[in-house]
Formats: sequence, C-alpha cells, structure tokens
Amino acid sequence: MNMLQIVNVVLRRELILAMRRRGDVLTVLFFFVIVASLFPLGVGPDPKLLRLMGGGVVWVSALLAAMLSLGRLFASDYADGTLEQLILTPTPPVVWITGKILAHWLVSGVPLILVAPILGVQFGLSGEALLVLVVSLLLGTPVLSLIGAIGAALTLGLRGGGVLVSLLVLPLYIPVLIFGAGAVDGAMSGLGAEAHLSLLGSILILAFILTPWAVSAALRISIE
Amino acid sequence: MLEGRDLACVRGERTLFSHLNFALDAGELLLVQGANGSGKTSLLRMVCGFLTPEFGDILWRGEKIGKARESYHAEMTYFGHAPAVKEDLTATENLDFACRLAGIPVDSQAVKGALGHLGLGHCLHLPARSLSQGQRRRVALSRLLLTRARLWVLDEPLTALDQAALQLVQSLLGEHLQAGGMALMTTHQAVMIPGVEPRLLPLKA
Repeated sequence: MNMLQIVNVVLRRELILAMRRRGDVLTVLFFFVIVASLFPLGVGPDPKLLRLMGGGVVWVSALLAAMLSLGRLFASDYADGTLEQLILTPTPPVVWITGKILAHWLVSGVPLILVAPILGVQFGLSGEALLVLVVSLLLGTPVLSLIGAIGAALTLGLRGGGVLVSLLVLPLYIPVLIFGAGAVDGAMSGLGAEAHLSLLGSILILAFILTPWAVSAALRISIE
Repeated sequence: MLEGRDLACVRGERTLFSHLNFALDAGELLLVQGANGSGKTSLLRMVCGFLTPEFGDILWRGEKIGKARESYHAEMTYFGHAPAVKEDLTATENLDFACRLAGIPVDSQAVKGALGHLGLGHCLHLPARSLSQGQRRRVALSRLLLTRARLWVLDEPLTALDQAALQLVQSLLGEHLQAGGMALMTTHQAVMIPGVEPRLLPLKA
C-alpha cells in the first residue's frame, strides 16, 4: 500500500472521529471568538486603537486556540492503544504523523481561518487588511499544528501535560506570531505584506519537512 | 525465527530480568510466565520494539528488529492491554481502519465475517462505547483473523473474555500455529490447545 493511501486513511478516520465529537471542535472555535472579543472590553472602544490592535489580537487568539486543541492530537490514541498499533504498522511513522497533523489542521485550524474575517470586521480592519489576515492565517495555522504536534508528542502521558505543552510550544510560536501579525500591520500601514507572508511561507515549508521527524522521535520516547 | 539473546530489562532502579534467552520457530507457542511485576509485559513490549533492552538483542530472521523494522512489522501483530478500539467508531469501522492502516486490503464482507466469527454479528454498527469490556476485546481480537501476520504477540489476550470466547481464541491460536504461525503470549489462565505443547519461558531476576 502506498504512502498517500495511508495518509488518506488516517485523514478519513480523524475526520470521522471529529464529526462524531463536534463539541470539541466548537469549543476551540468559541474560545477563539471569546478571547478576541474580550480585548475591546478591556482596552476600551476607541476605534483607532482597535483598528491598530486588530491583527495582533486575532493572531494571539488563534495561537491560544490552536494550543488548546493540541491535547486531542495524540492523547486519546495513546490512552486506548491505537498509537502502539500505528507505530507497529510497516509504514514509516512520518507518513501517518503527517496525516494526523493535516487532519488536526483541517479540524482546528481551518475553522479559525473562516471565522477570522468576522472578528477582523469587529476591529474595523480594512478590506485589504482582512485579506492579508486570512492569507497569513492560511500560511501560519498549519505551522501551529506542526510545531504543536512536537509538544503534544513530548508531553504524552505526563501529569499536567496540558500546562507543560503550552510552556514548550508557545515560545516556538513567536516567529509565526511576529510575521503573521506583522503582515496585517504592513497591509494597514501601506508598507506591503509580501515580505512577511513569504517568510511565513518559508517557515511553513521548513516546518512541514522537519517536524514530522521530530514528532516521530518524540513519540518513540513517550511510548517507552 | 524470533530470537532473544541475553536480554536484560531494567525499569527504574530494578532489574526485572537478565540473561534471558529464547527462540521461537514456526508452529510454536511460547508462554511467558511470571508473577505480577516480573516483566512479562516489558518483555513483550521489547519484542514489539517499544522498549529498548538494557542489554542484549532481539532478532527476527537473524536480523535485529530495529534494523529490519518494516519487514518485521509487516509480519507481526500485537495485542496489548489497551485494545486499540475507538469508542466513537463502530465495531466495523474499528476493524476496517485497523486493517487499512496496517496495510491489509480488506472488503466489507471480510470485516463482517471476522466480527461475526467472534460473535459480534448483532452489534456491527454500534459505536464501541456501547459495547462491554469483553466485547471490545473481541473487536480487537478480530484483527487476528484478518492479519496475515506470522508472529502473534499477545499480552493477556484471555482476560475479560467469557467461556465461549476463551474457547474461540484458543482454537484461533491452534489454527494459527498449525498453519506455521508462531505466538508469544502471557496469560494467567490455563491454555489448552489440542496438538500443541506450549513451551514455557519463566521470568526471574
């Protein structure tokens, strides 16, 4: 059986599981909306200030929401023994790990991208800035899933793994946040967003190639 | 074909076993024996490659299992404490995905047949969360019918099973061994398989 077929099977299985547990997906989405909506209440309703902050706030909220969903990635497979069976398949682990991360992004990253423009409008972002926000999330959220997978794999089976994973992963999210929010800023100030977006794109390519290997090594350690 | 050479297992500060040697050939059943905590599960996890032995090697067809990973995994199947059954999937989906992920092409007839053989014919489309403990283990055991693995590594396969299932698993084992398969197994129950004299592997530190 070739590798694409395996990715396909993993993807289908994960999507079915997510459909049966829609609550988990919706929780993360609501968390995203609520965190972003708290900022105007905290800093006051000055439209100029909100427009300035909008991109950054949406990005920080996306970061936190992505982190919240990391627990789902491997924990249940670890608990019910599926992970052991996956490791015992003849396919190289990198293949099904890529499938699982892809599924995680489809289930927890894509909904954020779809809702982000609405939040952007709340903050009064211009049309161009909204477009850049969506593009930057499109390039950035897969990186969040990829890097997050390393943290999720390393903290499997540990007590207090949820808090630990945020300490491990959040610092690694910083470049994504800087270039993501920077792109929106660039679009609003008229400096252009291309530089930021291409940097985000290269981070994505790098992460896509390297992280599955790191996750594979981390899972090996966790399963011992 | 499967061979353990001078194996030692250390968990934390304790040496569970050392200088352990065993060999397993076609048609043989090796029963790992020992009290609770003597390292039976650790030994099986070593054979699967989850645990690296503190000392010694495990060989499959004369090659270290770490080196021959892909061909070794294609020829073995593991049944552990956790049955690898997803609560949100039905019995059919569980078996179907398990086979596909292991790279075994299956059709729905084969899946239904295997589950039927294990007495789950009436709950094919129930989510596994509504199945009992024993039924979930039956779902997991149905994998054994569809994999064409030569080596079965079974960790307490008989727990939580009723009399009928016990008989069934033992007859499955018998067929597997007769067809030239081999099995490495732990259990606290008596195993009676006609025509098969199990070999014993006692564990002690």
